[in-house]
Amino acid sequence: MAVGKVTFTKAEREKLAEVLWLLNWISVVTGAILFGLGLFLKIEIQKWQEVMSDQGILYVPHMLITTGLAACCINFLGGKICLDCADTNKFLRWKLVMMPYVVCTFFFTSCVLVGALMCYSIRSQLEESLFLGLRNAMRYYKDTDTPGRCYLKRTLDLLQIQFHCCGNTGYRDWFQVQWISNRYLDMTSSTVVDRLRSNVEGKYLMDGVPFSCCSTFSPRPCIQQQVSNSSAHFNYDQQSQQLNLWRRGCRQTLLDHYTGIMQSIGLTVLLIWLFELLVLTGVRYLQTAMENVLRLGDPESESDGWILENSLAETARSNFNIIKNLGKCYQIDDDPNINVPTATAEQEVPSQQVQIPVTSIASRLRSH
Amino acid sequence: MPFMPVKFNLQKRVKLAQGLWMLYWLSVIVGILIFSLGIFFKIELRKRSEMMDNNESHLVPNLLILVGVLACGVNAFGGKVCHDSLDPIKFAKWKPMLKPYMLLCCGFNVLLLLTALLCFLMQFAMYLTLAEGLKNGIKFYKDTDTPGRCFMKRTLDMTQIEFRCCGNNNFRDWFEVQWISNRYLDMSNDEVKDRLLSNVEGKYLMDSVPFSCCNPGSPRPCLQHHLTNNSAHYDYDHRTEELNIWTRGCREALFSYYSSMMNSIGALVIATIFLEVRVRPQPASANQHRAWATLSLKGTVQHLGKSSCFSL
Repeated sequence: MAVGKVTFTKAEREKLAEVLWLLNWISVVTGAILFGLGLFLKIEIQKWQEVMSDQGILYVPHMLITTGLAACCINFLGGKICLDCADTNKFLRWKLVMMPYVVCTFFFTSCVLVGALMCYSIRSQLEESLFLGLRNAMRYYKDTDTPGRCYLKRTLDLLQIQFHCCGNTGYRDWFQVQWISNRYLDMTSSTVVDRLRSNVEGKYLMDGVPFSCCSTFSPRPCIQQQVSNSSAHFNYDQQSQQLNLWRRGCRQTLLDHYTGIMQSIGLTVLLIWLFELLVLTGVRYLQTAMENVLRLGDPESESDGWILENSLAETARSNFNIIKNLGKCYQIDDDPNINVPTATAEQEVPSQQVQIPVTSIASRLRSH
Repeated sequence: MPFMPVKFNLQKRVKLAQGLWMLYWLSVIVGILIFSLGIFFKIELRKRSEMMDNNESHLVPNLLILVGVLACGVNAFGGKVCHDSLDPIKFAKWKPMLKPYMLLCCGFNVLLLLTALLCFLMQFAMYLTLAEGLKNGIKFYKDTDTPGRCFMKRTLDMTQIEFRCCGNNNFRDWFEVQWISNRYLDMSNDEVKDRLLSNVEGKYLMDSVPFSCCNPGSPRPCLQHHLTNNSAHYDYDHRTEELNIWTRGCREALFSYYSSMMNSIGALVIATIFLEVRVRPQPASANQHRAWATLSLKGTVQHLGKSSCFSL
């Protein structure tokens, strides 16, 4: 009982081959789009890679890039094959390649699906990575003289300016970090020494934020120092405080930014996957139809095409048996010289009845 | 007596017509490009019109838009004529329109030349407008409560951040202007009162700059206040400190941005002039080839056209 059986006339087969040729070329274009999307995502992630603690998120664009390239190659080959399939003679050339090609395309299509699903599932890993990355970036903000961390200050400043955010969760995160290096602190000044001593770990903490946290929408010039002390500044009311600095945390902002990009990319990849599935189904029908034509021997006749020759359960069982028997390929079970008791019990001759005339043989031997 | 006569057989005529048709459509694409560049330039001017005192001249982008549309129209018509020129019946209906079309093309080329010239010359006007606009911008920075100037602070901050510049000529322009509004100055404070009194016009001036002048690439946290006072900050020398704030003036930064845009557009328009002059082939009948000979301003192809090509 074949799955999805459809009968094709010769004209229908030729039309199918033509349509599939066109669809394969469109798939090459969508493969290029997939490649482009992967590249775009990779560049976007690498722009702010310094504030991400682990690079695991790069699996997603790499997956998209490889599947995009594979799509171009596979569909290019598919186009060539489908064009030849219209004619039974040319199909013979590709006969042996067709089945592996269909299997390959099936696996590749599932890779595209995996790529699309990865886009949606990466969010929690990204959040964790951003949390740790931003925390470290804020800690090393002052280390502009340490190799490997020289540009962290600039990156973090540009991030806060561009995304209109401040700190990890909010601007108060800057109060818990020493973001002014000791090189720029006057250790002879009593205020500085007092502040350093009053902190358990000897860090210079203050309720001030870097300039990049300043909001451009504030009506008054930016207040960076003594942010939480409303009496330190004239006319520093609630509204001034609200508008003075960026209120959002950079982690949430970046998360939203990347989630937005990846959701759009994920949707596009899902659509591409559906298209590829359509092409795969068409190619499978074409393959089975052409093989049946060859089996029937008459190129002009109608032939059946299907997705699976037997039902799903039977196909699974037979494939499973094949895989099971693959493991037994080194066992000898067809050798005729081995006495394998295959006969039934009644046919067996009991050994007592067989009397081998040993004496006659012995006498014959003695006589020679 | 025709100018530069060339003999063409049928095949060459067909090839010539095809080549010219392609060139015409290329010119249409270039026309579309000029049109979109005109729109882009107009949007860029509008975006920063506050920096130019809302006084900037939109002559150049408007002219570019007009020229782009005209180029599309003129060249599409030329392409159609070229396409029809191989068929004498179709061509017969275009014949009477050709002379006016030629004159239109001449006028169009003159307009293109004028546009290119303006692209290069208007840069002077742009420079002066920018200087005036930025001076006023800095003056009205503090007036965030005055209608009509509420967003000057935001625009100027964003411009300084985006173009990496500070002030008009340089950062010292901020020292000559009161950029903190009186609403935020504690008038009961002695220090404030002293400073106000010490100034002739009663302005609160100080050697500080707004936060948008800060350079993110500086290794130390930004120093905004008391910039000329070395003792106000630890390990600071204002003469040698280069990375703390942006040293370039915004007028120079904005001008170089706009002038590079105008130069590229001007170069493209000049290239279009050359293309238009090449592509002035005019299908002509045997009767009219004398007439075309007198209009020998245009390029070679035109002359090829008249003596042979389409005189079927």
